[in-house]
Amino acid sequence: MSEIIDTDIAIIGGGPAGLAAALNASKRGARVAIIERDFELGGILQQCIHNGFGLTYFKEELTGPEYAQRFMDLLKETNVQIFLDSMVIDLSADKIITAMNPERGILKIHAKAVILAMGCRERTRGAINVPGMRPAGIYTAGTAQRLINMEGYMPGKRVVILGSGDIGLIMARRLVLEGAKVLVVAEVLPYCSGLVRNFVQCLQDYDIPLYLSHTITDIKGKERVKSVIISKVDENWMPIKGTEKVYECDTVLFSVGLIPENEISLKAGIKLDITNGPTVNEYLETTVPGIFACGNVLQVHDLVDWVTLEAERAGENAYAYSTNTSRGGKLLEPILTVPGENVGYIVPQRIDYLQDSKIVQFSFRPKSPDKNCIIEFVSNEKVFDKRKAKHIIPSEMLIYKIKLNPEEIGEKITINIKKNLKKSKEEA
Amino acid sequence: MMKPYDIAIIGGGVIGCSIARWVSKYRLKTILIEKHADVATETTKGNSAIIHAGYASSEGSLQSEMNVKGNPMFDQLQKEINFDFKRVGSFVVAFNDEDMKDLQKEQNQADKRNIPSEIITDIKRIKIMEPNIADNVKAVLYAPSAGIIWPFGLTIGLAENAYDNGVDLLFSSPVTEIQQKSNGFIIQAGQKQLNAKVIINAAGVYADEIARMVGADNFTITPRKGEYILMDRNAIPVNHILFPIPTPVSKGILVCPTIEGHTFIGPNSNAQNDKEDVSTTSAGLNEIIRGGRKLLPSIPLRKAIANFAGLRAVSDRDGDFIIEASEVENFINVAGICSPGLSSCLAIADLVTDIVKNHTTLSFGEKDSWNPIRFPQQRLKDMNEDTLAQAIKNRPEWGRVICRCETVTEAEIIDAIHRPIGATTLDMIKVRLRPRMGRCNGGFCTPKLLKILSRELDKLVTEIPKNDEGSEMVTDRTKFIENKPWKGETP
Ligand SMILES: Cc1cc2nc3c(=O)[nH]c(=O)nc-3n(C[C@H](O)[C@H](O)[C@H](O)COP(=O)(O)OP(=O)(O)OC[C@H]3O[C@@H](n4cnc5c(N)ncnc54)[C@H](O)[C@@H]3O)c2cc1C
Ligand SMILES: Cc1cc2nc3c(=O)[nH]c(=O)nc-3n(C[C@H](O)[C@H](O)[C@H](O)COP(=O)(O)OP(=O)(O)OC[C@H]3O[C@@H](n4cnc5c(N)ncnc54)[C@H](O)[C@@H]3O)c2cc1C
Repeated sequence: MSEIIDTDIAIIGGGPAGLAAALNASKRGARVAIIERDFELGGILQQCIHNGFGLTYFKEELTGPEYAQRFMDLLKETNVQIFLDSMVIDLSADKIITAMNPERGILKIHAKAVILAMGCRERTRGAINVPGMRPAGIYTAGTAQRLINMEGYMPGKRVVILGSGDIGLIMARRLVLEGAKVLVVAEVLPYCSGLVRNFVQCLQDYDIPLYLSHTITDIKGKERVKSVIISKVDENWMPIKGTEKVYECDTVLFSVGLIPENEISLKAGIKLDITNGPTVNEYLETTVPGIFACGNVLQVHDLVDWVTLEAERAGENAYAYSTNTSRGGKLLEPILTVPGENVGYIVPQRIDYLQDSKIVQFSFRPKSPDKNCIIEFVSNEKVFDKRKAKHIIPSEMLIYKIKLNPEEIGEKITINIKKNLKKSKEEA
Repeated sequence: MMKPYDIAIIGGGVIGCSIARWVSKYRLKTILIEKHADVATETTKGNSAIIHAGYASSEGSLQSEMNVKGNPMFDQLQKEINFDFKRVGSFVVAFNDEDMKDLQKEQNQADKRNIPSEIITDIKRIKIMEPNIADNVKAVLYAPSAGIIWPFGLTIGLAENAYDNGVDLLFSSPVTEIQQKSNGFIIQAGQKQLNAKVIINAAGVYADEIARMVGADNFTITPRKGEYILMDRNAIPVNHILFPIPTPVSKGILVCPTIEGHTFIGPNSNAQNDKEDVSTTSAGLNEIIRGGRKLLPSIPLRKAIANFAGLRAVSDRDGDFIIEASEVENFINVAGICSPGLSSCLAIADLVTDIVKNHTTLSFGEKDSWNPIRFPQQRLKDMNEDTLAQAIKNRPEWGRVICRCETVTEAEIIDAIHRPIGATTLDMIKVRLRPRMGRCNGGFCTPKLLKILSRELDKLVTEIPKNDEGSEMVTDRTKFIENKPWKGETP
């Protein structure tokens, strides 16, 4: 009783990742279908009405909706099939997607290749176990962003924000512009985790204090939030007694990180990494052949421009897969990438093909901020490439294209971020 | 003046609702009065949701009698009013010789009460039954008749069935005053004044305060808080209810599957004076994490989705239940219903019915039309693909998923709004269908739910509360936008 749809490439999610992947694959001649649960394309960008998007990709400063619109306009000139208001509820390892749509019922989309582009969800108060009461007025920053920018409703009037990620900073300013009072932004880390420009333009310009090494230790109120208590924390993030400050407010926003949304991927038996995203090879292919991943579902990106570039690669690779293009001989055992000193994770997690030397793009994040660093790429206990980085910070993803030479590469590739001692001494 | 009620039940927790459903069999004019907007909003909402086997409560207590009698009653009721319930079995886990003595004691008690149980010492077998249990386990007391339940489904089912059989339900109406007159009581409940011949006091932690209104308070209730952390589906497989060796005041911090496939750890047990304070605390959460790890060392805390707490209503009569006709004529106390109150609720309803029969002049003629069956609303999770496809064809809202974590459709939400105890708040939708209860804590569905409620109830979005008055979710429109009910098609 379900409708069967046949396509070359099916893309789950119509955010910037899904759009760029679709355009790239369609340009090469593939039949492409995008399945999106919202009633419009564009993903999270539709609610990011501030500017700062596209500086790398378009060399222009656009708002989120403007950035998305460019791709949506290009899509109109293709014959990419678009299913809106369609929630994907299942994906099988043989690449059959099940989706629900009010007009068309149950859709079964059979594809030669699938691209995962479902984005991420926000980490919640529950996930970080903030104690206290559970009244109305507790939101994630992204939900507040949707309420204000898309639905036109104010979540509250006096606001405390936990977490100095970019969404939290942007929302602090947005709330002030809409007439709310933002009392404080508290951050458990000893540094601001959002971009410097957002700290300056969203907090400093509006005299909103940022308390570093602080967290919420209690939320009070029965029906609606009445107050929160913010305490200083020690190196282990444990609240220090005697440092409690009370803030009377009616709203608390949590901006405490994003989690790639991979419940659908798990249904296909795809293996996930510590990123919460699928583990992929250098083709952005998951552990299930022919299923690729890009954008925030693979790893949380700070800039949408990198999402677009990554998604274009996924589109290209999925097209090649759907046309049975050879990648050369597959390695008997994959070469694993290993996060070394001060590295949190690495994408791709493995290299599956290395007959001749080739260039592979690595993206990864440092665990803690540092200055004057050397980034080493190590295999067979030898540094086969290295790069300098002046400032590193966990909130800014590092991306490098590195040449891999079969002669130099052993079973593993380790990436270390080390201090450039010479440089540091010079500066001192 | 309106014809007086025969019975007024104060409190819409699982106890009040069980009693309401039980007395609905008889030709009695009955009303259930609840101060919140829904049933199951206080203790019935924050507990371990276990139907205990019944060996644990101390010998000779009313708790033990009610639990032993109540446990087997759930199978029949499940058939009649339809709620999620499964006998998954429980383990009490022993780690050393001292613990073994306690296991033996518990088993003796089980034998005496004819409750099936088994001490398993074959570690291999224990590990097959419960793969992630701590490696230093020595033995477990296995009680197969223990079960897990969805307390909201149970309580709402009881209330809906009582309503279908003629019981009046009055919500958002706190009882603030009761006057005793020669022919009954005058009850001030919210804005309303009601007359009733008999009062059944099932007001949970407030039962002593209600009793005090008529001078029937020869007891006090002290709340004991229990805190929990709830973990996502598939966070870690747990097949049975895992108890540590009990302490004198509680059954200890356990690890337990929920009927919906989640896992929780908790509760701790701390007495307090405040009857409203259901906050969690850093110290409390750390305490339950430590406790849980003893049974299941690999608890994946990063899969936590929520923490919460509930208050046990502990009486000063050795912590036992108080179920009796009070010194005040026609005023019946059902108080101090702490654990295992959920397991006992059906037996308690039976007992209370008998007490009313024996201690009042109400006549208990049975209704000819009494219908024990209650049909729950149709759910996506119970449909196969063909029925769903047909349902979408007839009604497109079946094809629109509103809650991504728990996969709930717009049709289900609309139905919940228009059922007998229709949902008017976000929490009412949450406990009926689970949106906002999953891993995203409502990040995705909240704006959509607000709009659907606004449309279906013809109310402003700014008037839609989380639960009670004063808990409205959004405070205002953004600049320059007119405030009127939402009337769109795609939320
Ligand atoms: C709240 C928030 C605010 C942000 N603000 C900024 C910012 O200010 N500046 C910046 O540079 N970056 C920002 N980002 C990051 C940037 O927007 C993202 O990097 C980018 O949008 C990611 O693109 P994506 O396509 O991977 O994911 P998304 O944009 O999230 O798109 C994923 C799409 O998949 C759809 N989808 C998911 N699951 C299903 C399913 N089961 N069935 C059908 N469809 C599905 C979703 O509806 C969505 O449209 C923000 C991210 C978030 C979450
Ligand atoms: C931490 C914890 C764990 C537990 N675990 C289990 C378990 O696993 N198994 C088990 O069997 N039992 C368990 N219990 C016990 C069980 O939850 C309770 O026994 C049961 O829920 C009590 O139901 P109730 O109807 O008496 O109370 P409640 O659910 O509190 O209902 C009382 C109602 O009265 C209403 N009310 C109060 N004052 C007024 C007023 N003035 N006017 C109108 N209405 C009023 C309240 O709003 C409330 O809805 C546990 C309890 C706790 C706290």
